[in-house]
Amino acid sequence: MTDRTYGTRLPGMPTEPLTGKLVVIEGADGSGRTTEVALLKAWLEVEGHAVVDTGLRRSDLVSAEIDRAKQGHTLGSTTLALLYAADFADQLENKIVPALSAGSTVLADRYIYTLMARAIVRGASREYARELYSFALRPDLVLFLDARPEILLHRSIGKYGSLDYWESGMDLSLSRDLFESFFLYQDRLSSEFEWMTTEYDFHRVDANRFPEQVHVDVQKLVAPLYGTTAPTPRPSPRPKRTNRPSRGRRTAASE
Amino acid sequence: MPESPSPNHGYPGRLLVFEGLDGSGKSTQASLLGKWLQSRDYRVFFTEWNSSELVSGVIRRGKKKGLLTPTTFSLLHATDFADRFERQILPPLRAGYLVVCDRYAFTAFVRDAARGCDPNWVRTIYSFAPRPDRVFYFRVPVQVTLQRKVASRLKINYYEAGMDLGLSDDLQESYVRFQSRLKQEYERLAESDRFTLIDSTRSVEEIQARLRANLRPLLENFPTGARMLHDG
Repeated sequence: MTDRTYGTRLPGMPTEPLTGKLVVIEGADGSGRTTEVALLKAWLEVEGHAVVDTGLRRSDLVSAEIDRAKQGHTLGSTTLALLYAADFADQLENKIVPALSAGSTVLADRYIYTLMARAIVRGASREYARELYSFALRPDLVLFLDARPEILLHRSIGKYGSLDYWESGMDLSLSRDLFESFFLYQDRLSSEFEWMTTEYDFHRVDANRFPEQVHVDVQKLVAPLYGTTAPTPRPSPRPKRTNRPSRGRRTAASE
Repeated sequence: MPESPSPNHGYPGRLLVFEGLDGSGKSTQASLLGKWLQSRDYRVFFTEWNSSELVSGVIRRGKKKGLLTPTTFSLLHATDFADRFERQILPPLRAGYLVVCDRYAFTAFVRDAARGCDPNWVRTIYSFAPRPDRVFYFRVPVQVTLQRKVASRLKINYYEAGMDLGLSDDLQESYVRFQSRLKQEYERLAESDRFTLIDSTRSVEEIQARLRANLRPLLENFPTGARMLHDG
């Protein structure tokens, strides 16, 4: 991987090419992203690749401020967009770049696209979002797990016992009704992911299916990055659904 | 790419900006000007750089731990400015105040450029900030700012000296080099963004008289406080 960003060069980047692969998994909450990251990580490790997984809002620098911002005192849309961008930049420079530079594969559970979509539905222009994140590295592959809103709804309720305030976009005042707000919000997000699909070269994967079926498609897309082909799927017991990558280290599908 | 800062804000208030190196005398002048404007019954709102609570903690912590890169440094300052802009600057501007800013987005443009950030990118992330009605740029030789610091026994701080850039191990030497870079960037902006030049080596009185004279046309039809509170 050479020094390829979306147009803005970052000062202080390593001069030697980044040899690791950057694979991004995008998709709404409930699309099965986290499960797929765990399966993919396990498979790649078995194949002998070093894998570092990363998600949004996990950097040490500003995560406390983001949590505080979410807890109440209202930040303007520009301020919040910039705060998330700072957090992303911190992870990019301190986690993603060093890992790629050491030759590891970085699996990103969401990337700039989610941040851009969230900023845009909260009032930023597409142009502003695109320019703001132009310092991000272009991934080797962007997988978009595509699931219908009804499926997302059921998975979301299954996971939280209810609908999540933020994933329903309640801060946008689209509707006072949580259920209605959820659909309106997901609909807005998905129209942003729509234009990004062509512009950022997303590979859409039908995520309305069982995790192992999704995983088979994902393996087919990922294997060529390493000059190999995906394993032939063999019947295996359905893996237990895992929501956390740390617990998904060893799963049936990777054996 | 959106133009930055956006042209002609169109708000009833006016945005007056003071820019220049530390020790150029701009803060003294901004404060004197504010007092004069208030004495003439104008509604004035005064704001300084880096005074928002939101990210000042992160910036301080990040600086201490040496966690900040030019990019995160830039984005955190932009976050801080955006918060201040949305909370403090925009409301009085919309309400028709004279908003006096001791530093504005231009401070970020020069500092980030001096740290190696792409200037076009920095401009874009600040495109939410409208173009001010006046930018008074206090032009001063770097050596004079250093002398003023030494004379008033002020310590040179790490970031003001650009020590994070590794220009020199010597604090004073690094200060001169870094501040010279900032000055170079200011001079570039002075032309592209049509700054009003103020010669900082003049006396305080002379400079203040010059600022007041410069603002007279802008204030001619500007409503005073009494006219904002009562009809007729």
